[in-house]
Amino acid sequence: MKNKVLIVDDEPNIVMTLEYAFRKQNFEVYIARDGSEAKKILEEVLPQVVLLDIMMPKVDGYQTLKFIKQTSGLEHTKVIFISAKNKASDIEKGLDMGADKYITKPFSVKKVIGEVKELLD
Amino acid sequence: MNSYLLFGIVAVYLGILFFAAYWGENKAPRKWVSNPYIYTLSIAVYCSAWTYYGSIGNAATSGISFLPIYLGPMIVAPLWIIILRKVIRISKQHKISSVADFISLRYGNNRFLGALVTIICVIGTVPYISLQLKAVSETYAIFADGKGHESTGILDDSTFYIAVFLALFAAFYGTQKTDASEKHRGIITSVALESVLKLVFFLIVGIYITFFLFDGTTDIYQRISTSSHFSELINFDGLEMGINWYLTLVLSMFAIFLLPRQFQVMVVENSNEKHLAKAIWLFPLYLLLINIFVIFIAWGGIINFGSSEQAEYFTLLLPLENQHQFLALLVFLGGFSAVISMVVVSTLALSTMVSNNLIIPYGFLDKFSQRHSSKNTSSIKNIRRISIFLIIIAAYFFYLVYSIQLSLFSIGLISFIVIAQLAPSFFMGLFWNRGSSKAAIIGMIVGFLITLYCLILPFTLEALTGTSSFTDLGPWGISFLKPYQLFGLDIFNSTSNAFFWSLTANTFCYLIFSLTSKGNYRERNYAEMFVNIQNYAKLQDNALVWRGEAYVSNIKNVLIKFLGVQATEKALHNFFKRYEISPDTEIADARLINYSEKLLTGSIGSASAKILIDNVVTEEKISLVEVLQILEESRDAFAQNKMLQQKSSELLDLTQQLKNANNELIVKDKQKDEFLDTVAHELKTPITGIRAASEILKDDINEMPDELKEQFLSNIIKDADRLSRLINNILDFEKLATGRLKLSLHRKDFSATIDSAVLSLSQVIAKKKINIHYNASTEIKLFYDEDRILQVLINLLSNAIKFSPSANAEIKIDFYRENPFLKVIVQDNGKGIPEEDLDFIFDKFYQSKNQNTIKPEGSGLGLAISKQIIEKHNGKIWADKTFKSGAKIVFLLPIY
Repeated sequence: MKNKVLIVDDEPNIVMTLEYAFRKQNFEVYIARDGSEAKKILEEVLPQVVLLDIMMPKVDGYQTLKFIKQTSGLEHTKVIFISAKNKASDIEKGLDMGADKYITKPFSVKKVIGEVKELLD
Repeated sequence: MNSYLLFGIVAVYLGILFFAAYWGENKAPRKWVSNPYIYTLSIAVYCSAWTYYGSIGNAATSGISFLPIYLGPMIVAPLWIIILRKVIRISKQHKISSVADFISLRYGNNRFLGALVTIICVIGTVPYISLQLKAVSETYAIFADGKGHESTGILDDSTFYIAVFLALFAAFYGTQKTDASEKHRGIITSVALESVLKLVFFLIVGIYITFFLFDGTTDIYQRISTSSHFSELINFDGLEMGINWYLTLVLSMFAIFLLPRQFQVMVVENSNEKHLAKAIWLFPLYLLLINIFVIFIAWGGIINFGSSEQAEYFTLLLPLENQHQFLALLVFLGGFSAVISMVVVSTLALSTMVSNNLIIPYGFLDKFSQRHSSKNTSSIKNIRRISIFLIIIAAYFFYLVYSIQLSLFSIGLISFIVIAQLAPSFFMGLFWNRGSSKAAIIGMIVGFLITLYCLILPFTLEALTGTSSFTDLGPWGISFLKPYQLFGLDIFNSTSNAFFWSLTANTFCYLIFSLTSKGNYRERNYAEMFVNIQNYAKLQDNALVWRGEAYVSNIKNVLIKFLGVQATEKALHNFFKRYEISPDTEIADARLINYSEKLLTGSIGSASAKILIDNVVTEEKISLVEVLQILEESRDAFAQNKMLQQKSSELLDLTQQLKNANNELIVKDKQKDEFLDTVAHELKTPITGIRAASEILKDDINEMPDELKEQFLSNIIKDADRLSRLINNILDFEKLATGRLKLSLHRKDFSATIDSAVLSLSQVIAKKKINIHYNASTEIKLFYDEDRILQVLINLLSNAIKFSPSANAEIKIDFYRENPFLKVIVQDNGKGIPEEDLDFIFDKFYQSKNQNTIKPEGSGLGLAISKQIIEKHNGKIWADKTFKSGAKIVFLLPIY
């Protein structure tokens, strides 16, 4: 069975690159443009991995992560924050909230794929 | 009137006064006795029998020359606030009980000076007291048998008994306490009562004579104006009388401060310096009232009796002549009241001086310091009592020997001139710290000797020999030395002559010797303290510079001898507590020395107190330079302390300001941090896109389908564009926010600018099929920076386009003159600005949370930049909150 990845970001150009890269790695790719869209998809598809932007309109990344931690069926879902916020305090905060990885923007596509694969092994 | 009946009435009257004194001393609530009205009435002790009878005699013979004696005090009354308040403060601080104490302390506890002042006061006051006795005896005689007085022997003389009674009264109420600086409430109460009675009685008789005996003031005036020497009565008799008048005025100004009885009631008995404020107008009012009928009584008497013989007793004779015994009795009692208060207060003041400045320091100190305290206090009291009797007896004999020859008025003036010899050292000493004791002593002696020569000697010789050759020809026939025209100056009358020469010489000596001889350190200390009392009010016991050694136990022993064990323990306890010194301290410091001196001063006078304390103290002499240095230091320390306080409060202010500024900075820093964070975030977003797309293209360049390649490449281009736009905006915003951007203003037609804005966006508008309405033909010219305003318009239009609905989109641009502004409106029919965002849309990087899910292009700086540009034009921009069918942004630009 294909691994499912959910990409949550409000920047279409960024989403497009990740979508292309993960499809190529044989992932089933889902896309959400903000937190509220993400919640619906999360409950429907129960993805293995979520790539989560933090600064988004309406529902932001932190709220989405909380939702993941509270929703049954998503206990094993791995979360990677991908954000332009690159201060140590931001990273610490993200990991403290329960994210599995924290990748800062701009990122290397290969690195993102590498981290996801590492988490899934 | 029957002599026995009169004696009975007098006895009853005296009984009432005695009772008033008893009530005031023991029973009266403090408020009743210590208030400005009682204070003013006690100052009215100034109005003695001289006022009651002498003024009228003077007014009848010399016209208005009676007036300056009252005008002087009225004129200086406002100065009390400056001079008298200072004197009162100093006196309270040092427990001063007489003018002699005051002057001797000012010149460094000079024992001799205190004695000299006392002698001068005694010589000046005893004749004055005898004048009062003369008045009583003469009025008594007039009243009793309607004729002049003729005494046959002392024991037969009613005046003698009255004198004895007054002595008893003064002795009883004047020596209740050993500390003479304590208040004598009983005496003050009776003096105040007497002041009321003498004024009321005088007014009654004045009204009676003016309005009942005569037909009012006009009647008296008309009738006197036919008299042969009328013009003498109402005019100055040339320049000479003017000068004499003026000198008498000055004389009375001095007298109101310096007369022992005035010092007693105004300074020693003052319970609160605030009472001065009322007294400075109430007392002149009192003087005015008591003088109001003087002229009319005098004239009425002249009209009635046809001459000014016995004019001094017109007040009494006029009612008697008209069979008004009762009125005459009132006058007699009023005059008697004036006498009693004057005699009692004067003897009280004099006895304190005589005992504290003459008898104790020159005879009894050694004895006192070896005896027990209870004996000492009773001795002190006895000395005072004996002094009182001695003074009154002396006055009585003076009266017997001299007074019959002289008028009330001239005795009064002699007294004034003698007392005036204190004026230079008293007044100048208050304001000039160079005045020295040597100068004060020499000035006083010289002034007194001149008075003696010019005034007392002539009339003594006349009284004794019955001839006036000394006055008329001068001693040994030297006319240059004629006592009444000294040095050939003959513009004065006898009293003015004496006053002028004595006081000129006195002042001259005082000035010369003060300038040539410096006092010792002690004297300089006190001079400094008196002159600059305000600087030392806080230092109190500390102010005196002193270097020496003394044991507390020795000082205590001295204190016990005069104050008793209990009072001493209490006083020392207070002292140690006040300065937070351990009660076990063995070595006394300067403060204790001064404190002890002060404690003793009240009982035995400042000179004696100093001598006593000096006995138990080994004192080191300090040079004048050192004294001044230490004084300077203490004053500097005081000033510095004040400055320090001021500085520290300034510092506190500054710290607060700094804190505020720092807080502001922190807030600004935080804002700056947030701004930079946001900028970084905004910049990173397109870079992330570019980096990711490029990476994929690089890795998959061969296997990727062409249309995907094209998609990624065009994304890269868009992100690059966005990046550069963002950078431009950030730079713009920074320039505008920091005020570095200069507008280039030109006068242009605004409709053309709108045209260009719409034109530059025409492609997007056409693509989104938006209907745009505006009236391009309206020409409105104003000064503005076209590029910048274009930026605003494009920004607003882009927003409108961005939020326009996909179908039937309409954008409307309106612009019109609304003086003094141009009003521009850009509105769309999109979903409008959410209410919660309305207040923030002009903030930098504020992007609505309710934007479309597809993020519209924008830096988040557009409206913030627009706002800056409009405000830079002195305009205003806002979102119309009332517009519900879309967004409506309005801005104003001033037209000029």
